[in-house]
Amino acid sequence: MARKSKETPEINGGSMADIAFLLLIFFLVATTMDIDTGLSRQMPPYNPEAQESKDEIKERNVYVVLINSNDQILVEGQPMNVHKIREAAKEFIVNPENKSNLPEKRPVEIDFLGEKMVSKGIISLQNDRGTSYGMYIKVQNELIAAYNEVRDEVSMREFGRRFDDLVKEKQDAIKEYYPQIISEAEPKNIGGK
Amino acid sequence: MAKFGRKGKGGMPGISTASLPDIVFMLLFFFMVSTVMRETTLKIEQKLPGATEVKKMERKSLVSYINIGKPRPTFQSMYGTEPRIQLNDAFAKVADIRNYITAEREKMDEKERPLMTVSLKVDQKTKMGIVVDVKQELRKASALKINYSTRKVEVIE
Repeated sequence: MARKSKETPEINGGSMADIAFLLLIFFLVATTMDIDTGLSRQMPPYNPEAQESKDEIKERNVYVVLINSNDQILVEGQPMNVHKIREAAKEFIVNPENKSNLPEKRPVEIDFLGEKMVSKGIISLQNDRGTSYGMYIKVQNELIAAYNEVRDEVSMREFGRRFDDLVKEKQDAIKEYYPQIISEAEPKNIGGK
Repeated sequence: MAKFGRKGKGGMPGISTASLPDIVFMLLFFFMVSTVMRETTLKIEQKLPGATEVKKMERKSLVSYINIGKPRPTFQSMYGTEPRIQLNDAFAKVADIRNYITAEREKMDEKERPLMTVSLKVDQKTKMGIVVDVKQELRKASALKINYSTRKVEVIE
């Protein structure tokens, strides 16, 4: 008992850095920094009985975008490059000169904005079973971009801010002014792929 | 010693490494917090398409994933080269999706079930046929909020 040491020896802290490095390297390797990003869409409920009642919608109110199995695009009967869709869709959505071949408008009372003429336009996107997913996303992206640009413009005009910087109530008001309606018809299988 | 008399005066003193563990720990904690562990191993090739109008997905716990793409070379002998669906860790058929959605929904809190989002991670070379079938199944399972997973790019090519 006489040789009992008075205090326990201190643990050597020199190797702490090594241990920490080991853990650090593990986490460095295991890390995936990617945050999930994507285009959000809402699908209509499945209802096999209620088939499309297209005849109620006037032709001028529908903007038909077709993609065939060779990834070629037909917009309102005209072949179009994917990069031109954005501008063309914007004209359809806004219809600034109230042309007779572009969608009708109806007056709607909206919070913050007062009475506005809201377009009845619908964008109808139809693809083939042979369309590549990449092209489909490009077209979807351009159509969403058209809506986003229109909303940004009206937001700058009305509130002096970008749409993303607005409070939710004002965003909703603008969404009501320019509702995003992209309808997807059942795809055809013409390309046979 | 006289010969080396200058040694003490000139030259830089060594940098103290005493704070090295602190720096390393700081980095370690950063990576520990920011790490998201990959839950599933992908058995398919997946190059997501690019888009400019992407939005971040808010809450991971509300998201279920459906992967579609060509099987990786190691699985091609068994599953062929046609695009296939992968749910969790296994290849699946279109008909399996409804059960998968039900199972995912069961895992969620009752209040959060209407907010459930299905993220479609589809390779950009896939044909729309299989994607359309999947979307139909999702509609039948009333999982109507979907998200096309894309990379953020500045300009689409």
